[in-house]
Amino acid sequence: MTETKLEFPYSRTLGPVVGAFLAGLREGKLYGIRGADGRVLTPPLEYDPETGESLGTDMVPVGPGGTVVAWTWVEHPAPKHPLSRPFSFALVKPDGADTPMVAPVDAGSIEKMSTGMKVRPRFKPEPHGLITDLEAWEPV
Amino acid sequence: MPAAKSTRGDIAIVGYAQTPSLRDANPSEVQLLVPTVTAAIEMAGIGRREIGFTCAGSCDYLTGGPFAFVSNLEAAGAWPPISESHVEADGAWAMYEAWMRLQEGDIDIALAFGSGKSSPSNPAEVWAQQLDPYYLAPLGVDPVSLAGIQARALLDSGKATEEDFARAVVNSRRNAASNPNAQLRDADASVEALMAQPYFRAPLRKHDCPPISDGAVAVVMARGDRARELCARPAWIRGMDHRIEAHQPGVRDLTSSPSTALAARKAGYDGGPLDVVELCGTFSPQELILLDALGLSLDGDTKVNPSGGALAGNPIMAVGLVRIAEAAARIIDGSANRALAHATGGPLLQQNLVCLLEGE
Repeated sequence: MTETKLEFPYSRTLGPVVGAFLAGLREGKLYGIRGADGRVLTPPLEYDPETGESLGTDMVPVGPGGTVVAWTWVEHPAPKHPLSRPFSFALVKPDGADTPMVAPVDAGSIEKMSTGMKVRPRFKPEPHGLITDLEAWEPV
Repeated sequence: MPAAKSTRGDIAIVGYAQTPSLRDANPSEVQLLVPTVTAAIEMAGIGRREIGFTCAGSCDYLTGGPFAFVSNLEAAGAWPPISESHVEADGAWAMYEAWMRLQEGDIDIALAFGSGKSSPSNPAEVWAQQLDPYYLAPLGVDPVSLAGIQARALLDSGKATEEDFARAVVNSRRNAASNPNAQLRDADASVEALMAQPYFRAPLRKHDCPPISDGAVAVVMARGDRARELCARPAWIRGMDHRIEAHQPGVRDLTSSPSTALAARKAGYDGGPLDVVELCGTFSPQELILLDALGLSLDGDTKVNPSGGALAGNPIMAVGLVRIAEAAARIIDGSANRALAHATGGPLLQQNLVCLLEGE
């Protein structure tokens, strides 16, 4: 048996769209961006997913609350998962956004989960400039 | 260079071979490939030096080393030098490249193969690395969790029930019972027994997910009269096309697969009768989504996944080309005259390839 560590360490400059979103997380704020069809896309994308056109850099504040639009339950979290106790991976649509984001929901048990449930974000006390600065969404 | 003639629709599969799908194969990836490629070449009845182009599909991330794919070329016999290429994708995309190369008209025979060993690594961690590095990869969101989200979306949409998921699995297990290459076989599988199983990643049960598999597959294609010389009943490739959707799961309707529908149309599928469809739905809800995109169902006249499909064996980077080889096998043995095969890549059916095959 040989153990191999599979990691490719990078430092990245994030640019004005992804960078603005992750900088917002440091301050406990969520942003989207307006797509070519007027939808507010969260998390914000640099290019429209349908047309490929550049979407500029105008951020649209969204949240802070959100709604669970689809979810699964992780009874046995793995080491690379964001939470170490049972949790939900979900699509959460922040208030004011038209698209949901993949995120963990820390509900404690599967019985607390349902499609359409209202959630609020919990941010890490010490941010690292990563998507995981939004530690989890919690039931309201 | 000889004058090229239009050959689209005049290229056929004349040989194929695959390893069994195994949970933990002892041989290395290239050791899986060597006998498989040799068997496909022998079935076609050609000499190695007749192959004008070779293309391979595999994933260095699975092996855990950069340029790991180079050693797989041992299986093609790359000395004296041959004309070859590699795609970091399922072997079905390698076949697509080789099919495109044949259409240039100056070579008559091409070889494509795909291979992968998932057993040495933790696939759940490896495949999280194929995701967007800013918004998804740091979450460690694995394929099973993503498929669980998709399954919930499908249930909530009213398009399918958990019993429908189980029916897709029953179809897979029962069909796989007569496929010696399948990994998970059960002639007595029943919806009742499956529904009694606990959730694995709710609403998915373990059987709704693919097994972890090692395996390899190879396909030999030939053009025009050369194909007729080599094979009594070649599997003619009437069309092949692949289409891609947006990467972020949140911006797509996860309960449908418009890229599959479009690829099928572009491959020449007109909705007419099909004897066989081989789908690369690696989770049972995805099989239902793919059937819906093609206007098919488990209860129709088209035989769905007679091999058992990806739920019965999932050698990543080979599993899509296995679907094409299985469909071609049904044409070549005369049990089908029109067959459609599908391969997929990326998270949640992001990219889809469709190949339409016919007998003469």
